[in-house]
Amino acid sequence: MKIPILQLGRILLVSIQVDLTDTDAMQFQNDLVNKIAATEALGVAIDITALDVVDSFMARLISDTASMARLLGAEVVICGIQPYVAMTLVEMGRDLIGADCAFNLEQALKILNGLIALRGDSTLNSGDDDGRSYPF
Amino acid sequence: MMDALIPSRRVTITDSSDIVRARGAARSLATDIGFGLADQTRLATAVSELARNVVQYAGSGSCEIIDASVADEMRIRIVVEDSGPGIPDIDLAMQDGYSTGGSLGAGLPGTRRLMESFAIESAPGQTRVTIGLARQRHHQERR
Repeated sequence: MKIPILQLGRILLVSIQVDLTDTDAMQFQNDLVNKIAATEALGVAIDITALDVVDSFMARLISDTASMARLLGAEVVICGIQPYVAMTLVEMGRDLIGADCAFNLEQALKILNGLIALRGDSTLNSGDDDGRSYPF
Repeated sequence: MMDALIPSRRVTITDSSDIVRARGAARSLATDIGFGLADQTRLATAVSELARNVVQYAGSGSCEIIDASVADEMRIRIVVEDSGPGIPDIDLAMQDGYSTGGSLGAGLPGTRRLMESFAIESAPGQTRVTIGLARQRHHQERR
């Protein structure tokens, strides 16, 4: 089961439409991280509207994928978490999803564009630096 | 009034695709009994956690989903069993953040918080986790 990853300029869109096995989920993580690197995407929106179960494994996989994307240089927004999934995740305890979230894809794209614009300002001005990189 | 209990369902767990089947079966039986969406999601998630433990730590096992309803109360009981090495220290395994398998350590304690009843019996060669939920039956039946 391959999850299609769509490219729209320098943004990647992913909509998970089926109940994933652990193997599918790990394949997806691998595909997405590689695609981000290959396309130098600045933002990724992951729509999980169709997931009616997000257990601790899936929650961790989503969070980890978001962290990996950030390490490469892409912003990530998760969208469409079902209300009962949100209730279950919080009841299970701890912060199982450590990524920015949005109601839907449209809002996710707005947030991504905002984050990228914010970041773009600070990175564009650092062309004449001394070769060191600054975190902010 | 429903008198007949819905037949139990049993899912054999041997690989990660069975985790999906087990949680699907739990959701479907919970739906048939009349549990609402929130409880269906809690049950499916709990079964997913337990089935994953079977695949990860024991290799294979089974999940039995039982309608244990009585006259005015919907009850579901789920028994997940395996014949793996067992859990050496159950108290430790129930702690948040403890894992011997490189996971978050959120599975067992999280599952206990989702369920009303939760019991583990474990010895080398036999681990059994029993979980359950009970809800008052509303007079208007859900579809």
